This record gives sequence, C-alpha cells and structure tokens, in this order.
Amino acid sequence: MNAESSPTPILEMRGITKHFPGVMANDHADLELYPGEVLALLGENGAGKSTLMNVLVGLYRPDEGEIYVRGQRVEIHSPRDAATLGIGMVHQNFMLVPTMTVAENIILGMTDLPFAPRMDEVARRIREISQRYNLEVDPNAYIWQLSVGEQQRVEILKLLYRGAEILILDEPTAVLTPQESHELGRIIKRMTDEGKSAIFITHKMEEVMEFSQWVRVMQAGKVVAVKKTAETNPQELARLMVGREVLFRLEKDACTPGDVILELRDVSADNDKGLPALRGVSFSIHGGEILGIAGVAGNGQRELAEVVTGLRKVTQGKILINGQERTNKSPLEIIQSGVSHIPADRIGMGVVGDMAVADNIAMKGYRQPPLTEHGILHPRRILELARRMIETFRIATPSPQTHIKFLSGGNIQKAILAREIDACAGLLVAVYPSRGLDVGATEAVRRRLLEQRDAGRAVLLISEDLEELLTIADRIAVLFEGRVMGILPADTADIETLGLMMAGAHESKE
Amino acid sequence: MIEALLLLTQILTITLRAGTSLIYAAVGEIYTERSGILNLGLEGMMLTGAVTAFATAFYTGSPWLGVLVAMGIGMIMAAIHAFLTVTMRANQVVSGLSITLFGTGLASFLGERLGPASNNGNLVGMVGPRFGPLEIPVLSQVPLVGALFKQDILTYLLYALVPLAVYYLYKTRNGLNLRAVGEDPQTADAMGIDVTRTRYLYTILGGMLAGFGGAHLSLAYAPGWTENITGGRGWIAIALVIFAMWDPARAVLGAILFGGINAVQFRLQASGTTIPAAYLNMLPYLMTILVLVIMTWWENLSHRIGAPAALGKAYMREEK
Amino acid sequence: MRIVFEKRESVSRRATVLVPVVSFVVSLIFGAILLAVSGANPFVTYAAMVKGAVGSWYGITETLVKAIPLMLTGLAVSIAFRMRFWNIGAEGQLTLGGVAAAGVALYWSQGLPGWTVLPLAILAGIVAGALWAGIPAVLKAYLKVDETLTTLMLNYVAILYSEHLYYIAWRAPGYNSGTAKFPETAWLPQIAGRANVGLIFAIILAILLWLVFKYTRWGFELKIIGENQTAARYLGINIARNIVLALLLSGALSGLAGACEVLGLSRRLQQGLSVGYGYTAIIVAWMAQLNPIVILFVAILMAALLVGGDQIQMKMRLPASVGLVLQGMILIPMLAGTIFTEYRIRIVRPEKHAQPEVTS
Repeated sequence: MNAESSPTPILEMRGITKHFPGVMANDHADLELYPGEVLALLGENGAGKSTLMNVLVGLYRPDEGEIYVRGQRVEIHSPRDAATLGIGMVHQNFMLVPTMTVAENIILGMTDLPFAPRMDEVARRIREISQRYNLEVDPNAYIWQLSVGEQQRVEILKLLYRGAEILILDEPTAVLTPQESHELGRIIKRMTDEGKSAIFITHKMEEVMEFSQWVRVMQAGKVVAVKKTAETNPQELARLMVGREVLFRLEKDACTPGDVILELRDVSADNDKGLPALRGVSFSIHGGEILGIAGVAGNGQRELAEVVTGLRKVTQGKILINGQERTNKSPLEIIQSGVSHIPADRIGMGVVGDMAVADNIAMKGYRQPPLTEHGILHPRRILELARRMIETFRIATPSPQTHIKFLSGGNIQKAILAREIDACAGLLVAVYPSRGLDVGATEAVRRRLLEQRDAGRAVLLISEDLEELLTIADRIAVLFEGRVMGILPADTADIETLGLMMAGAHESKE
Repeated sequence: MIEALLLLTQILTITLRAGTSLIYAAVGEIYTERSGILNLGLEGMMLTGAVTAFATAFYTGSPWLGVLVAMGIGMIMAAIHAFLTVTMRANQVVSGLSITLFGTGLASFLGERLGPASNNGNLVGMVGPRFGPLEIPVLSQVPLVGALFKQDILTYLLYALVPLAVYYLYKTRNGLNLRAVGEDPQTADAMGIDVTRTRYLYTILGGMLAGFGGAHLSLAYAPGWTENITGGRGWIAIALVIFAMWDPARAVLGAILFGGINAVQFRLQASGTTIPAAYLNMLPYLMTILVLVIMTWWENLSHRIGAPAALGKAYMREEK
Repeated sequence: MRIVFEKRESVSRRATVLVPVVSFVVSLIFGAILLAVSGANPFVTYAAMVKGAVGSWYGITETLVKAIPLMLTGLAVSIAFRMRFWNIGAEGQLTLGGVAAAGVALYWSQGLPGWTVLPLAILAGIVAGALWAGIPAVLKAYLKVDETLTTLMLNYVAILYSEHLYYIAWRAPGYNSGTAKFPETAWLPQIAGRANVGLIFAIILAILLWLVFKYTRWGFELKIIGENQTAARYLGINIARNIVLALLLSGALSGLAGACEVLGLSRRLQQGLSVGYGYTAIIVAWMAQLNPIVILFVAILMAALLVGGDQIQMKMRLPASVGLVLQGMILIPMLAGTIFTEYRIRIVRPEKHAQPEVTS
C-alpha cells in the first residue's frame, strides 16, 4: 500500500494476536513501517496500541503472528533481541532507575561493553550524541534530580546510544508542555532525516497531523484503518478512532458558586526526598465549583492533593475547610470534615485488591451506623449498600464478593467514585480521575464530577489532560515547580496560554 | 603501656575471628538483597552448613572438603528459596523463615544422626580436623596490626573477597545490572536484563556464602558441632546488612563491631567479672536492636533509603 | 515448550483447601526419603510416630499437652501476621510470660488470699508477654524499625534472662537448676492426663478471635492494614496505634501460653520452657492460612509430630528431631503451592512453523 515511496518496509508485523484472560488485546493486527518515516498509531486507551508495541520489543509474546525486520522473519523473545535488531522503545512510564545516573541508565543491560566499563568514556559519547540531536542532559546527574522532560531525553538518548533504527514512542507528549511537544517534534524530524524510523503512539488527532506521514487507527485490538496523513483530517480520524460520528459533549450549566469550602493560604510542603515541592500555594474553591489544576507531572500536584487530604504535613501556611483551620490534621480528621479523595494511584492506594468489592465500597462508611453499631459490623447492610452502588454507578462485577483486583481499571475507578461520592460532604479531591480509562468510563467519571459540582460541592480536579480541564473545570490554576503561576477562568483560557504557564511563564496581568 | 597494647591486639584478633562468619554471611546477603530478594533463611543455611562441614571434615579428614559441602548445601537451600520466591512468587519473609525452621530441624537431626555409632550417632563432642590460626612471621608480631595476621585461612580469604565484592558491585557491568534488578526490575527487564536469572544467581551466591560462614564456625571459630552453634549469627548478619546500608565494605565495619562485643565478652568473663554471664551474653542481641534503631532513625531523618527499592517484592512481566 | 502462569479470574477455593493437604503429604514423602537415606525404614518410623502420638490415651493427652502452647502461640502470631507484622518473637514472649507467672507464684503468693494467686500469676504472664511484644511494635510503628530482627533478637534476650533466673537467681537450694515447686494455690488444674485448662482458654480465644476478625470494625481495619498499608492510611486508619494494639494482644496470647506451661505443666520454672513452640507457631499460623479455628487443628497435628518424634527416640533410638524436620518441611511445598490459588498453569507449545531467532 506504500509501494511507491520505498520498496521494502523496514518493519512489518502480520496478524499479531495477543490475549489476556478475558481480553483480546490484539486481534490479527498488521503494521508496516518504512525507513525515514513516522507512523502514528492512533487509538483510545485500551485499543491495544501499547500491547502491540510490547510484542514488538519482546516484552509480551504474541499468541499468533509474524514479525519481519528488513524483510527477514524474526522471533523477538526479549528486549535484548529487539535491541539487536535496532528496535527500541520509550515507554509511557519511563524505564529509568531513579537512584542511578544518566550514564549508568544509558548503558544498563548492554552486552557489547567491557566487563568494567569506563564511565568517563561513556559520558563522552553521550555528550557527543546529545549535541548532535540537541538533547541536552548531564550524563552524571541522577535520574531523580531530573525533570520529566529531561528524563524523556535520557530515554531517547538511550535508544540512540544503542544505535536504534526503529524508535517507538508511547504517548510521549502526555508529560510535556505544548511547547516541549513541538521541540520533541523537531528532534524526531532530525532523526528521520538521518534515515531512522519512528512509531508514534497517541490518542490525540492533532499530534498525528503534526508528526506523522502515515497513520494506523486501532480499535478493540484491531487495526481498523490505514491512512496517509496528508490525505486525512482530524474529524475523520476521530470518527475512525471512536467508531461513532460524534465525540461526547458534556452539557455544563453555568457555575453558581456558593461559600468558600477549601482555602489554602501560602502553603508549602516537602516531597519524600525532603526537598520543597509546594512553595507558597494559595487559592480557594467555592461550593458548586470545579477548580482544575494543570501542570506537567512532578510539579507538586501529588503533594498538593496529599496536604489537602492530610496525607502530608505542610511546612508552612494554613489550610481551611469550611472556614475552619484544618492544617496538618490526620487523614481521619480531614475525612470527618467532609473531604473525599479519588487518588492518583487507584490500585495502590484507592482500593484493597484482595478484599471484596462490597468491602471496598464500605471502606469509608464502615465507621458509623448503619454499617457498624458499637464496633460490630453488619455484613448484610454492607452488602445492601454495595448492591445499590453497583447498580447506581454501573460497576461491572461478577458479584459484590469478588475481590476487586479482578475488575477492570474503569470499574475499579467507578467503585472508588461510588465510595467517595457517597461519603462526600463538601470537598471532592480528584487526582487524574480518568487516566488510562476508555471513552465510556472517562465520560462516566466526568459526569459524576459535574454532578457533584451541581449538587453544591467543591471539586479540586488535578489533571494532566488540558482538554479535560477545559471541558469540565470552572477555573484552572497552573502549577509550576510548586507555585501557582496563575488562575484562569476555563471559558477564556486557551491551550497556548496554559502551555506557557506550565513551562513557567507568569499569567499576564489583565 | 605495652601490656595494654598486647591486650588490645589480642582483643582485635578475637574480634576478627568472631566476625569472619558474619562477614561471609552478610556479604552474601547484600548481594542477594541487591537483587531484590530478602533471604531470612540465612540462619538455617549457616546451621546446616556448619553441621555438614564438620561431618564431612570428620570423616574425610579434609576441612576443605567440609567447606565445599557446606557451600553446596547453602546453594541448594538458597535455590529452594529462589524457586519459592522468584518462580512461585511466595512471600519472601515466610519463605525465608520456613527455610530457617527447616534448616534448624535438619541440622539438629543430622547432628544426632551423622556421628559415629560408638557415640550413638551423635556428632556432639567429636573432635575433627580444623583450620588453625596461621601466624604470618614478622607481621603478626606488630602490635595492633598484627591481629590481622594471626588468623585462619578462611579469614585471610576475606581480605581478597571483600575488595572483590565492592569492585564487582560498583565497577562492573554485572554489578550495575544487579543493582538495577533490585532497584527497578521492570526497567531492568525492559533493558534486556534477565530478572529471574539474576535473582536466582545472587540468591544462590548468598546461600553459598552463608554455608561458607557456617563452615567457618564449625571448622575454625568453635571447632566441633554443638546444637545452635550459630547463636543467631544468621540473623545478626541480616541486621548487619541494614547497618551497612547494603554496602559490602561497611558490612566489615559492622562485623568488627559485633565481633568486638564477642571479644569483650570473652575478656570480661575470663577476668572473673561479677556481671552475670547471661547479661554479657545478651549484649550482641541488644546491640543489634540498638544499631537497627539508630540506623532506621537516621535514615528517616536524612530521607535516605538504603534498601533496594524492590526488596521483598515479586516481579512478573505479563501481569495485566 | 514453556510454562506460563495465567491469572485466574477469581480466587480458587479448591486450591485453598487442597494446597495445605498436598503440602503435608509432600513433606511426608521428603521426610521418608531423608529417613531412608539416613538408614531408617520410613514406614516403620512413621507407624511408630502415629502410634506414639495418637495410639494410646497417654499419647493423645501428651499430644494435647504440646498442642496447647502451639494453639496459643499460633493464634498469637496469626494476629500479627494478619497485619503483615512479622512477629517471630512468640518464643521470647512465651518465655517471659512463663517467667512472670513463676515470679508471682513464687514470690508474691505469700500474704495474698489463696484464690487470687492463680489469676494474678496468669495475668502477670499475659502482661509480660504483651509488653515484650510491645517493644518491637512501638519501634516499628513509630520509627519503622524492621520487626523480624527486633522480635527475634528479643527472643535471645528473654531466654538468656530466664536461664539466669532458673540457674542462678531463683534456683532452689540443693538443686543444680530450676526453682522450687510453686505453692498449690498457683497450680493451673489439669483436665486430661497432663493437659491443663489452657486447652479451654485456647478454644475460647480462637472462637473469639474468629468473631473479632469477621464481625468487628477493628478486625476490618486490621485486615485493611495487612492487605494494603497505603490504602489504610488514605482511608484514615491509624496504623501505628493498631500495630501496637494488635501486637499487645499477640504478645498477651504468647505470654498466656508461657503462663500455662509453668503453672499447669512444670509447676516450677526450669529448663524446657523454651523448646521452640514460638517458632513452630509460625508454621501453624501460615498453614492454617491465619484462620483461628483451623489453627487449633493444625496445632494438634504439629504437636502429634513432636510427640511422635519423642516416641521414636525412646523406642527406635532415632533422633526426636525427625518431628522438627517434618514440621520445617511442611511450609516449603505449601509456599510453592499458594500461587495456584490465584494462577493456573498453562503449557504453551511453540507453533510448528516458528523459526529460531533471526533467519537469513
């Protein structure tokens, strides 16, 4: 189908099928990549893009299918095999050891090195490559000292150092500001100019248009369309990706702010390493309002959610909930003042995987009647509550007694929502609530947040998805290096301005 | 003055001798834990190593053969631990505990069974070949430093082993890969390092060194076999790893500290102190707790976490 | 061909029951091999062990005698294990419980009304065990000090202290070791052979614990802490306080075990108080999958292995430690098998047309 541009594809995948218990992650997926070009792999969360790429780099073994590199049939059993073939991947969650240096990370697992590698030699070569591709980074810095953008550069350097010819980038712009994304585009251009090829995984139409020459659209594990980028448009891609004509639009009533529910006054806090993560953050949220927090990951979002919910101590400043001072109160005291929390780490923090769905739903309400009386639990009432919630929130589970870890990510998130919304009496803190969810679940989550706002509650929504913030937030505050760079009304904010603020520019005074 | 120096040299000599088995076990455990596997089976491996080393030496007349057998036994037991925790993803704490319980039972069974028929099958009380102290001429006569040169051959081996262990861990490719597996197995896997193989390899290495340490006890430090000859040294070695913050060189410092307590204990007992022996014997254990408390407190305070990030956690790739 | 673990869609109940049973059988087989290699006939040995442990009224009551401390310490460690607090200090907690009970029986019994001596002695044992477990609990809860090592180190300290008492400080005049016999007011009654009232304590406590874990708010919180501490903190559960409370309870049960041992069995403080029950308790608790009721039965099984071991030592001049070896071996297949409750094994055959590596 691409015969005129180049005779043989550098990479070909044919009929790749991979299933996980209960899920068909890849269903006879095909892929072709030509030297010097960028192929966009477009699809919703859960469409099977990452699985297909993990098969390509040898992390997963396909149940069926064949892979050809430079026209030859290959078996890729491990990332090492992939590296030998010149295939490398920048994963969505970076594959870097935080306690090691850039140079150590770059040579990690390499076999064609002396038994005791000379690190100064390694550093010299890294500097050489980084100059050629304009990827500035200090080889002797520790990974934990680097910003997310710098870490991504290390990931790309790692591939180039190993002489990768085929680079796979899994949602690389998710962690970047819009401006950094453009810079990444230039880096990719420079690499393809030298004859390297790239596969670019994304779920954003604009990026397909900006970066790629060809696009393959995936849906439910299948490749449903192959298009030349120049011959398509975002609307068509959107339709192909979602499989229906119109993307959902959420109806949003005008905001009718009530009393101030949450107020932060000049709050500072440290991160786990004891370094400042929040520096003098001040804002307030009214009832009936959603305040969105935008920012590149690692700029204090996590710590912000934690200080509000009592999971982290503030070093300075005050937190007021419903006008009462609640600074450095215990998580229980914060919960009792009506704060609910949908945590970023839903599996690790939000639920107890080895306990029943019903128990997980009861984990906020179990302290009071009717679920407990005089310290004695009422299992029947817990089950009744769970049944009600499973119905209201449409949680797909075999039974309320199923261990919650057997549910899909979207259903786990719905169970957390059910519990937190049921217990909410004023403030709802939602951190990356739709991350990694498919369209249906995302829509459900956003509707619930709007419902809470319309019911007069205050919502603190931390998100990395600017579209999401612009769609459902009323005001958007931008966090950069632990500081609030400015707070904009959502209906007048635009992506460009937010992007500049996310990169550290201050809000222009109106 | 000279007398004080002599006494100090003597104490140092005992210190080093008492610390040797601890260093072997602790260095092995550091390597195991660096790969992300916690091995609480050390005590069981040392005990079984000690009894088999002594029995082998007793019958063959060769202490070296005894050391080899102890190493082999340690490797087998560690391989069981690796199989349970890496392949079968069992809880590492419980697996290690069960290896220690099994090893304790087995060592005691073997001790009552492997002895000569004339002694009712009992090994206790038998005298066998041993590694005696080899004094290096001239050097051993130097005050203080001389303590380093009045040791048995197994202790001398340490002088090579420890620098080698440090070099391998920090300067070689394999050491880098090993550290990555313990810190972040997912990344290591993605970079083409075989996590399973690495964990098996270094768990077995750790078991081998634990067996070696056990052999030192029954062939050099306290030649012969007595029930519970280790007296909790396997556990103290694990505490040493924490004290050493997973660094082989610092483990030596820790072992000297503990060996020193043993030496002081001996001296005091020999000098006929009025402190009841039981209280003196408690010292190493109380010291271990104290050291743990101080180290943990200091780590919390300085936000430094010495433990490999993935320590104690099973790794599996295709989890979805 | 390669073997792949595949996650089940729910926890397999069949595997949950089957795994411990199969494990016991496997350990018997390995034990038989070990016996055969060391020159003893495994069948004859096992038969003698069974006969010794349950073949007579005496055997049965002796099995119960050893089952009592195993039940109590098994329950004790199960409470701690439930929160993933690795209390391997039951041995020391038991020893100190025995010491405290003996202290009351020996030195406080004068001048007190007779009927108060026994309850006071038991209470002293409970309190001593609880406090001894409280030390590592506080260190863990408030300073994050590793509990496996602290609990274990405290065992050695407690045992050395008890030895000091019965060899030196509290030794009865004219004896090489051991204290004087307690006054009869401090005797815990025996109900079957030498098995004492501790058996009834253990059964009542097992039922109570079962109820607490299943039907109380506190049990619910302990379970959450054990399964996921991060979630527990996020849900507003006070982890530090619960660790300390649970460990006080755990230590109390071990202390009670020690008190029952000295007050109901030896009736003096002497050698033989610390014989490893606190360690076997780990096997009991884990094999029973921390279920308090099942713990009672597993404790009896383990006790039977110990009594059987003693019997073959007397009758066949084989080491009694055969029982210990069998016990130690049980957990190994058990741990290997636990994975089958959540995973099933699938054997993947390579496709016929597959070619190795890069073909050229």
